Amino acid sequence: MGEKVYIVIPAYNEAKSIGKVLRKLKRSGYHKIIVVDDGSKDRTSAISNKQRVIVLKHIINRGLGGALGTGIKAAVEENADVIVTFDSDGQHSVSDIKKVTTPILNGEADVVIGSRIINKKEHMPFYKKVGNFGLNMITFILYGVYCSDTQSGLRAFSKEAAQKLEIKSNGYEVSSEIIKEVGKNKFKLKEIPIKTIYTDYSIKRGTNLISGIRILIKLSIDKFFR
Amino acid sequence: MMSVLQIVALIFSLFALSRVILRTKDSKLSPKEFVFWTSIWLSLLGVVFFPDYSTKFAEIIGLRRGVDVVIYSSIGILFYMLFRLYIKFEEREQEITKVVREIALLKKKNRKR
Repeated sequence: MGEKVYIVIPAYNEAKSIGKVLRKLKRSGYHKIIVVDDGSKDRTSAISNKQRVIVLKHIINRGLGGALGTGIKAAVEENADVIVTFDSDGQHSVSDIKKVTTPILNGEADVVIGSRIINKKEHMPFYKKVGNFGLNMITFILYGVYCSDTQSGLRAFSKEAAQKLEIKSNGYEVSSEIIKEVGKNKFKLKEIPIKTIYTDYSIKRGTNLISGIRILIKLSIDKFFR
Repeated sequence: MMSVLQIVALIFSLFALSRVILRTKDSKLSPKEFVFWTSIWLSLLGVVFFPDYSTKFAEIIGLRRGVDVVIYSSIGILFYMLFRLYIKFEEREQEITKVVREIALLKKKNRKR
């Protein structure tokens, strides 16, 4: 496989988990890794540097959207063929990367989202399911694209899609913004069922009700008033 | 005889107007903003000192008292300004991200050299 697959990992204060995530990735043969340290106050950068991956450091914290935007831009500059976004908290399984990159390499899709919902075996906590469904519906109403798991952190983009992708938002609302971009650019979207490893740690790190409401407000303002 | 309300309103409006003039001189306010804020403070004086006129105006638009017009329109203006401020704030936030992003990418390029 000659294609260059780049893994983009946004990380904010993930010193506890980033080292393990990077080691797992490298063991599975993924060596082109970009960690975006989003202004962490802990040893996230130092630990990542030890693993000999590309580490980009935000001098101040900008949020998930800011970090993803930086990582994807860097991967495009590195001339990546496929760009995968991967969470730094250890909730994704490395074996799922191949599942999301394959449709892109085969030319079946421009954007692939790893969905935790369409995976029947997957047991997502109930309150997370409700919150996810709400945000999916809102994303559908606002942008006309339905995706079963808009908030998923595991995604893959073709080079062309990544070049056209315009990420403006700073926070968690970036996940919905990506779906908006799919609609706007008429990207071919594919959803692939993925596993999620729910540890206490990864549950604590994810979006909660408050951030869900914040996402909702930002999306509606963006849609109706700008 | 001026009522206490009139005295307070007069002092406050004159103070606010003096700030508007000073800030315009410093170029912190644009001529457009100068007109906007001057008319806000002058209309406050108008309502306080000529309540009969403001009551007549209130009746025309379907309210009973001049004060109601002031309160309702103030709330409207406040909300609108808060909203504009929010949008401006978001725009600044996004610009800050662009700067932070460019710095991170530049550092990467420098390391490569």
